[in-house]
Amino acid sequence: MTVTEIGSPRRRKEDQRLITGRTRYTDNIVLPGMLHLAMARSSFAHATTTAIDTHEATSSPGVVAVLTGRDVADEQGSLPCAWPITPDQKAPPHPAIAVDHVAFAGEVVACVIARSAAEARDAIELIDIDYDELPVVLDLEEALTDATLAHPDLGTNKSATWVFDSAEAGTGDDVAQALAASELVLERTYLQQRLIPAFMEPRSTVVDPTGEQITMWSATQVPHLLRLMLALTLSIPEGKVRVVAPDVGGGFGGKLQVTPEEVITMLAARRTGKPCKYTETRSESLMAAHHGRGQVQRLKLGATREGIVTGLSVDLLADMGAYLGLVTPGVPILGAFMYNSIYKFAAYRFSCTNLFTNKAWTDAYRGAGRPEATFAIERLMDDLAHELDMDPVELRRKNWIKHEEFPFSTIAGLEYDSGNYEAATDRALELFGYDDLCAERDRRRAAGDRVQLGIGVSTFTEMCGLAPSRVLGALSYAAGGWEHAQVRVLPTGAVEVVTGVSGHGQGHETAWSQIVADRLGVPFDSIEVLHGDTQTSQKGLDTYGSRSLVVGGMAVVAAADKVVEKARTVAAHLLEASTDDIEFAEGRFSVRGTDQGLALGEIAFATFSAHNLPDGFEPSLDSDATFDPENFSFPHGTHLAAMEVDTETGEVTLRKYVCVDDIGNVINPMIVDGQVHGGLVQGIAQALFEEAVHDESGTLVSGSFVDYLVPSAADLPSFTTDRTVTPSTTNALGVKGVGEAGTIASTPAIVNGVLDAIRHLGVQDIAMPCSPHRVWKALQDGASKGLGAEEPVPDRVAPEQDAGPMNSSGNLPTGDFQ
Amino acid sequence: MATAQSTRTTSITVEVDDMTYTDVVEPRMLLVQYLRERLGKTGTLVGCDTTNCGACTVHLDGQSVKSCTMFAVQADGHAVTTIEGLAQGGELHPMQKAFHEKHALQCGFCTPGMIMQSIDLIKEHPDPDEHTVRDGLEGNLCRCTGYQNIVAAVQEAARTTRESAASTTEEGAA
Repeated sequence: MTVTEIGSPRRRKEDQRLITGRTRYTDNIVLPGMLHLAMARSSFAHATTTAIDTHEATSSPGVVAVLTGRDVADEQGSLPCAWPITPDQKAPPHPAIAVDHVAFAGEVVACVIARSAAEARDAIELIDIDYDELPVVLDLEEALTDATLAHPDLGTNKSATWVFDSAEAGTGDDVAQALAASELVLERTYLQQRLIPAFMEPRSTVVDPTGEQITMWSATQVPHLLRLMLALTLSIPEGKVRVVAPDVGGGFGGKLQVTPEEVITMLAARRTGKPCKYTETRSESLMAAHHGRGQVQRLKLGATREGIVTGLSVDLLADMGAYLGLVTPGVPILGAFMYNSIYKFAAYRFSCTNLFTNKAWTDAYRGAGRPEATFAIERLMDDLAHELDMDPVELRRKNWIKHEEFPFSTIAGLEYDSGNYEAATDRALELFGYDDLCAERDRRRAAGDRVQLGIGVSTFTEMCGLAPSRVLGALSYAAGGWEHAQVRVLPTGAVEVVTGVSGHGQGHETAWSQIVADRLGVPFDSIEVLHGDTQTSQKGLDTYGSRSLVVGGMAVVAAADKVVEKARTVAAHLLEASTDDIEFAEGRFSVRGTDQGLALGEIAFATFSAHNLPDGFEPSLDSDATFDPENFSFPHGTHLAAMEVDTETGEVTLRKYVCVDDIGNVINPMIVDGQVHGGLVQGIAQALFEEAVHDESGTLVSGSFVDYLVPSAADLPSFTTDRTVTPSTTNALGVKGVGEAGTIASTPAIVNGVLDAIRHLGVQDIAMPCSPHRVWKALQDGASKGLGAEEPVPDRVAPEQDAGPMNSSGNLPTGDFQ
Repeated sequence: MATAQSTRTTSITVEVDDMTYTDVVEPRMLLVQYLRERLGKTGTLVGCDTTNCGACTVHLDGQSVKSCTMFAVQADGHAVTTIEGLAQGGELHPMQKAFHEKHALQCGFCTPGMIMQSIDLIKEHPDPDEHTVRDGLEGNLCRCTGYQNIVAAVQEAARTTRESAASTTEEGAA
């Protein structure tokens, strides 16, 4: 086995088609006789529909049919939720087209099928819908009271409550006792605002009902799950459905879903017998594709005066939105295992109540539960450090698991196989120039500079490589967490790799080629990676949760190793030697101690011709493997941010960002850096820019890219990224996963930095995003309370809009728009 | 009435990627719709409906425009270059090469627009510093890369373009 490809910054195979415009995104697909769909969407967050008049729309030019919920009520089923977290979990039915009742603004109430997209959209305007408005529940604290119900028929807004208690689980002490005995208890409430995944490619679906199988192309992360769920939801034999994820323009969890629009396009194609296409507009995407985050985090942290944490209690309210999506209920539960992060806590309790509101449904968004957990604990650690007047890095050092303590069983019941928090932190401090920046901060603070400097610290770990199937079973998830691969050796010696993961920007075609090139000793360019089509990639569980390499890559390794063993048998036969005497290196099988040997390509051709094979040998080298991980993997890292805050305007500037991640062994460092950069920006965006804002009637105010602030290049600096390498011990590649790392760690690093800059001015907390207005308002409030403000900030004219709740009061801001 | 409007049509002649097309279009048809739906130029993509994302950026007579913010009829008599017309004689444009070399793309959806805008940017700023690049790309959103490698790619393409211009000048002088 040569080891030349793994670890090299190979330029990507995927790029050629993407930089020349020879792409196959779903909306690019045109089929003969194809019809186009447009959706009529509810303009009310909560209402009953009393009448839908489609007469005028039906007779509009080019219109083939108009479908309402009642038209398809018998065939549309209910959209699937694969993760019932408790046996008594409550959920309303989720029809693809609403039938008589709508529960969020943007829900589909009718669909027009027409000869062109323009004609379909024209006809949408002609549908006349009578609504009877119902009261809306938008706020989580209010939802908890059940005073107003998101779904009156359900009788409650509470979907489920899920609890982990270290005393009950036997992993640690009782948290109530631990907190009662603590010298110090911090009580905090933090808010995780709603975010919108905002993948650049709007969702699009094409369904072709001609031929023996119905084929769906869709902008999805999960073609295999989608196929299974379509079969179950619509009672179509699974073998009659083929799903293709062609080029997919980003996902970030937002395309980990079975959507109403996919089901509706399928129904329309089956009804008309013609290929049908639906492509959403950006406004529709922001309004109706699932959102992420949306939590109230009520926290109690106990500690000694020396800074040793004694216990942590977490009480969450999690916003499901109006419906449960594919994994909606499980998203906050993924966080349950991460609040203890890299630390050794003696007692821990996690409780989460999932609540319905009249907003768009939520589900996975990059990190899914783990960013929320990391934010909470890292904010708490900084608050504790401040309380004890201790360096925040020093406080973390006192509490974290030392490298010699691995493997380590955590209070949340996971076994961390490896890690070296000291090494990553030391490297980050050095690259950052921590001492110098702290000294500068202190100088500027003492001088009362208008622009203050703050240092934000965040460490993190996450559970990646979702997931050991038995663990998922224990958490009541319906599917497993294995992954499948097939390695085929063609007669020419070229290799095809089929993978069950479904990339949409991650560079799998390149990275898998690197792995197989090393494993089989064939040239990188002789390897073709096939994915994203249930007809060629017949088995798989797709891409999310930083699982592709850790689970899918391992399946590729296992399949390649089987190829080698089959080829060894053929080689021994052809070389008239014992298999024990056959060595394999650099793509060549040799008889030990001789110069006799055959290349893999020669063996492949001999196997293809099958003229001279061992008796009983099946004439094929092709091999399948299904890999089920024995444990999660646990990347970790230390992130440091230098934040400048203008105390007069509230403007926040990210001056310097350093992160040192430990993701184990690296297949392609160039791709890894790209993943980290992009992840950092999504986490920074939560801290500073992005929020799904609703008005008091439940209408999404931030409904376009004018108002939903996906950062541009001009909003950001470049980052300093580096790595330490502590290989995972639970997979042969020693890899851990990198897709979510940047997003998880950067949000608390940024907010901690902002607070560090202005805490001495009386600011205890700022609800995200830390917009200039919120920071300015927090400074005003801090000054008026006189908390530590030696030089009061003078009165100024307030910015135009009122801010709404500025601090984490426990109420999610709804009408607050900066 | 939309239906009345849709019956009015106009004839336009547009040069797109070195081919001349004459077509009858509705006045309301956007340039990007014309490129994608009539000409099959699906390399140019649509990412939003408010002119914010820049995925649809093309060149009109050599200058970058967002093709979702122009009507097809406004392109009548003009020359349009899309991502599909950049490579010449089988040779990638220096900006395409730089995006590949610097890993300036992941999912690739913003890439056509980002490349077209970047070419315009270095034409105006042949040796841009990081700040200039970031400002110049403000109208093009990317959700994958965090922009760092895009900035590096634009500066790399600017460098190779300057060097190749310099060597051409030298050859001309010799």
